[in-house]
Amino acid sequence: MRFRIYRYDPESIGKPRMQDYEIEFDPQGKKVLDALIALKDGLDESLTFRRSCREGVCGSDGVNVNGRNVLACVTPLEGLKQPIEIRPLPRLPVIRDLIVDMAQFYQHYRAVKPYLINLEPEPESERLQSPEERAELDGLWECILCGCCTTSCPSFWWNPERFLGPAALLQGYRFIADSRDQASGERLDFLEDPYRLFRCHGIMNCVEVCPKGLNPTQAIGKIKTLLVKRAL
Amino acid sequence: MIPKRRFDAVIVGGGGAGLRAALQLAEAHLKVALISKVFPTRSHTVSAQGGITAALANVSDDNWHWHMYDTVKGSDYLGDQDAIEFLCRNASSAVYELEHMGLPFSRLDNGKIYQRPFGGQSQNYGGAQAIRTCAAADRTGHALLHTLYQRNIAARTQFFDEFFALDLIRDADGYVLGVTAMEIESGEPWVFEARTTLLATGGACRIFRHSTNAHINTGDGLGMVLRAGLPLEDMEFWQFHPTGIPEVGSLITEAVRGEGGFLVNKLGEKFMANYAPNAKDLASRDVVSRAIAQEIRAGRGCGVHGDYVDLKIEHLGAEKIKARLPGIRELSMQFAGADPITDPIPVTPTAHYMMGGIPSNLHGQVVSPAHYGPEEPVPGLYAAGECACVSVHGANRLGGNSLLDLVVFGRAAGMHMIEYLRENPIPRPLPLAEVEKSMARLARWDRRGGTETVAGLRGEMQRVMQDHCGVYRSEAVLLAGLEKLTLVAARLTDAAIHDHSKHFNTARLEALELENLLPIARATLVSALARTESRGAHSREDHPGRDDKQWLRHSLYFCQNDQLDYKPVKLKPLTVETFQPKERTY
Ligand SMILES: Cc1cc2nc3c(=O)[nH]c(=O)nc-3n(C[C@H](O)[C@H](O)[C@H](O)COP(=O)(O)OP(=O)(O)OC[C@H]3O[C@@H](n4cnc5c(N)ncnc54)[C@H](O)[C@@H]3O)c2cc1C
Ligand code: SF4
Ligand code: SF4
Ligand code: FES
Repeated sequence: MRFRIYRYDPESIGKPRMQDYEIEFDPQGKKVLDALIALKDGLDESLTFRRSCREGVCGSDGVNVNGRNVLACVTPLEGLKQPIEIRPLPRLPVIRDLIVDMAQFYQHYRAVKPYLINLEPEPESERLQSPEERAELDGLWECILCGCCTTSCPSFWWNPERFLGPAALLQGYRFIADSRDQASGERLDFLEDPYRLFRCHGIMNCVEVCPKGLNPTQAIGKIKTLLVKRAL
Repeated sequence: MIPKRRFDAVIVGGGGAGLRAALQLAEAHLKVALISKVFPTRSHTVSAQGGITAALANVSDDNWHWHMYDTVKGSDYLGDQDAIEFLCRNASSAVYELEHMGLPFSRLDNGKIYQRPFGGQSQNYGGAQAIRTCAAADRTGHALLHTLYQRNIAARTQFFDEFFALDLIRDADGYVLGVTAMEIESGEPWVFEARTTLLATGGACRIFRHSTNAHINTGDGLGMVLRAGLPLEDMEFWQFHPTGIPEVGSLITEAVRGEGGFLVNKLGEKFMANYAPNAKDLASRDVVSRAIAQEIRAGRGCGVHGDYVDLKIEHLGAEKIKARLPGIRELSMQFAGADPITDPIPVTPTAHYMMGGIPSNLHGQVVSPAHYGPEEPVPGLYAAGECACVSVHGANRLGGNSLLDLVVFGRAAGMHMIEYLRENPIPRPLPLAEVEKSMARLARWDRRGGTETVAGLRGEMQRVMQDHCGVYRSEAVLLAGLEKLTLVAARLTDAAIHDHSKHFNTARLEALELENLLPIARATLVSALARTESRGAHSREDHPGRDDKQWLRHSLYFCQNDQLDYKPVKLKPLTVETFQPKERTY
C-alpha cells in the first residue's frame, strides 16, 4: 500500500514535508491506525502520532485522511484512494508529524464550565431525572473531545481564539440541557457574544465529520433558540 | 539542573482512580499535581462499558452484604474480606456521589439510576440473579472519566498532561519523596517532589498479544515499584474476558449477556447450561472463559478455524439494542463486521484485567514486608485502581467492580494522604543519587546502533505470554515460556531506537514502556509456575483443584532473583462474619 504522510520535526531544520511510504499490508478489515503502527514498527520509528484505545472512544488519533478529519483507529483502509494522504488536523499548531497542539481546543472546552453546577444540598441518594429528561443529554455527553469537528470548522479557522468552536459549544449545551444543572442563565450569559457563539454560520462541516455521529450544529441552534426565547 | 517542582501530592495517572484521588486532595486545598502520559480523558477508563456495581436496590431487592458475598465468592476466596467489606459498604455512597457530580446515568421510569444484571451477582447469598450494575448506556467508563475530569477542572487541580513518569524517588529510610518524569513534548526530564505519591497507572494487559486494553496499558507503575525494590502481589491472576472480538481484542461487554444475550457454539447449542446450570451465561468470567475454551478445543468453535463462538442478541430487538447497547453495536460493526441487530457477534476469551498489582491496604497505602510483617506501609507511597492489589478482586474480578474500586479506593487514598500530610509536614531531603540513576536509565536510549528493535522484542514477549500463559496453564508450558521470555529479555541490552529527536519521541516512550512490560511478564510467569493449584482465573491443568490448605495465600514477587514470598489472605471482615471458603459453583 502507498501512503503520503505529513512530516515535521522542530529539531531538524527544514520545513514540513510530505513523505512517501510503501509497505506490504493487507488492508482487509484493517484501519488507518493499523497501517500507521505497521509503518512505525516496520519501516520508520520516527513516524509520530498519538493513539490509545484503538477503538474510537478515547479521541487521541484525530487526523486528516485524504482531506477528511477522522479517527485513524476506526477508519477502514479499504476503499481509500492511494496514496493515502495523512496530515495532522488542520489549522492547529503542529508539534511533530501528525501531533497537533490542542491547547486552544481544551481552553475553549474549559471556558464553558463543563461541569454540573447545582448548589442545593445533596440528597441522601440520587437526584431524580426522568428518562425523558435524561434523553435530552443523548447526542451530547458522548463527545470524546477528538477535535475533528472544531478543526474542520471555517469559523474556527478564522477566529480560533474567540469562537469557541463546535465541540466546546456542544459541551456548553450538554450542561444547559441537564435537568439537574442550575446555571443555565449564567451559561447563556457567557455564550451571548458575537464571537463565542455567533460566529457559527451553520456550515455543518462539524456534523459531517463527527466520528461519534453527534450534531454540534443542532446543539448550537438550540442555544440560539434559548437566547431568543430569553430575550422575548 | 533538572527542573524541580514541589507539591504536597503527586498523582501518577489520570484515569478514574487518579482523578478521584486528585479531587479529594484538591478540594482539601492541597497542592496536587496530576501527571498523565495522555490527556486524562484518553485514559483507559474511558473504554469501560457495562457499568459500576452498587447494591442500590433500584430494580431488584439488594444490599451490600449480598454484594460482599458475591465478591468474596467471585474472588475464589482469595480476596481480602476487610477490603471487600469496605468496597461494598461504600459502594452506594460512591455511586450517589458520582451522580451528584453530574454523571449522566441512564434512568429508570421512576427517575432513579438504571441498573442491569451482570455475571456473578446474586440475591440472598447465592440465590436469584441480582440486578446491581449501574450504567450510562454502554459507555459508563466514558461518563465516569469525563465527569471526574470535569470536577477536577472545577476544583482547579493542576494537570501535567503528556508527562511520562519514570521512577519513584525513594530515600534510604524507605520514604517515597516523589517521581522523576519526562515532559513528552520537549523531552525534558523533571523532578516532581512531594511528601505523598499515588500510583494510579492502570493495567498492563499489553504483555499479551491479544487484549481488550488500550496501547497505553503498559503497567508503568508496576515497573516503577519493582525497580524501587518493592514487590508485586498475585501476578498470576489475569482475567480473560469471555467476549473479546477475535484478533482485534475489542471488548464486548458482559452487559450484552446481562441484557439477555447468550453464547452458542457452531451447532447452535447454548452451551453455558452445561457448565453453569444455574447462572448459565451470567456465571463468573473465569467460568465462562473456560467453557468457551473447552468448546473450541472440542471442535465446536465457529468459523473456518473454529476459533471463536457466537454471541447472539438479535432477539432483543433493534430498539433495545440501540438504546442500551449503542457503543457495542458500533464496535461490532466496525471491528467484527457484524450488526448485532441481525448477526451474531464472534467472541473469544481475551486478556482483560490484572487482578494482581501493587500490594496496598484499604487506605491505599502501599505495603511491603520490611521490619515487622507483610502489611507494613511504605511511607509516602500510595496506589489505587487497576495497578493496585488491595485485594478486592482476589483470583477473579466481578464485572462492574473495577470502576467501583477506582472511586472507593481513589477517595480512600486521597483521604489518607491528607492525614499523612498533616502528620508529616516537613519535606525530607531528596536523594539525588536516585534521581541520577533514573536519568541514566533515560539516557540509555540515546545510544545508537543496536541490533534489536523495541517493536520486535515487544512482539516476541507478547507472543510468549499469549502462548504460554493463557486461560489454561501447566508446568511444562509455563517453564518453556519462562525460558523463552528470559531470552527475549536478555536481548533488551542490544536494543536501540532510531529516533533521537527530543520532541515528542514516541519511539523512546515505547522503549521505556517495554522496560516496564518485561518484568511484569516475568512476575506473571514466575508466580504462575509456583502456584500449584487452580483458583479463579489461574487454571493449572496439572493441578485442577483448589488447594486451600496450601494456597489460601497471596503471592509476593520481588524482581531481585525472582524471589517469591507469601502472605495470608485476610479472612476477617471489618464488622461482619467471615465468609468461609467453600466450593464455588454457579
Ligand atoms: C474494554 C474494557 C471495558 C471495561 N468495562 C468495565 C466495566 O464496565 N465496569 C468495570 O467496573 N470495569 C470495567 N473495565 C475495567 C476498568 O475500566 C479498568 O480497570 C479501570 O478503568 C482502570 O482505571 P485506572 O484509573 O486504574 O487506570 P486507567 O484508566 O487505565 O488510567 C491510567 C492512567 O495512568 C496514566 N499513566 C500510566 N503510565 C504512566 C506514566 N508512566 N506516566 C504518567 N502517566 C501514566 C495514564 O495516562 C492514565 O491516565 C473495563 C476494562 C476494559 C479494558
Ligand atoms: S455549523 Fe457552526 S460550528 Fe459547525 S462547522 Fe459550521 S460554523 Fe462551525
Ligand atoms: S463533537 Fe464529535 S467531532 Fe467534535 S470533538 Fe466531540 S466527538 Fe469529536
Ligand atoms: S485511539 Fe482512541 S479514538 Fe482512536
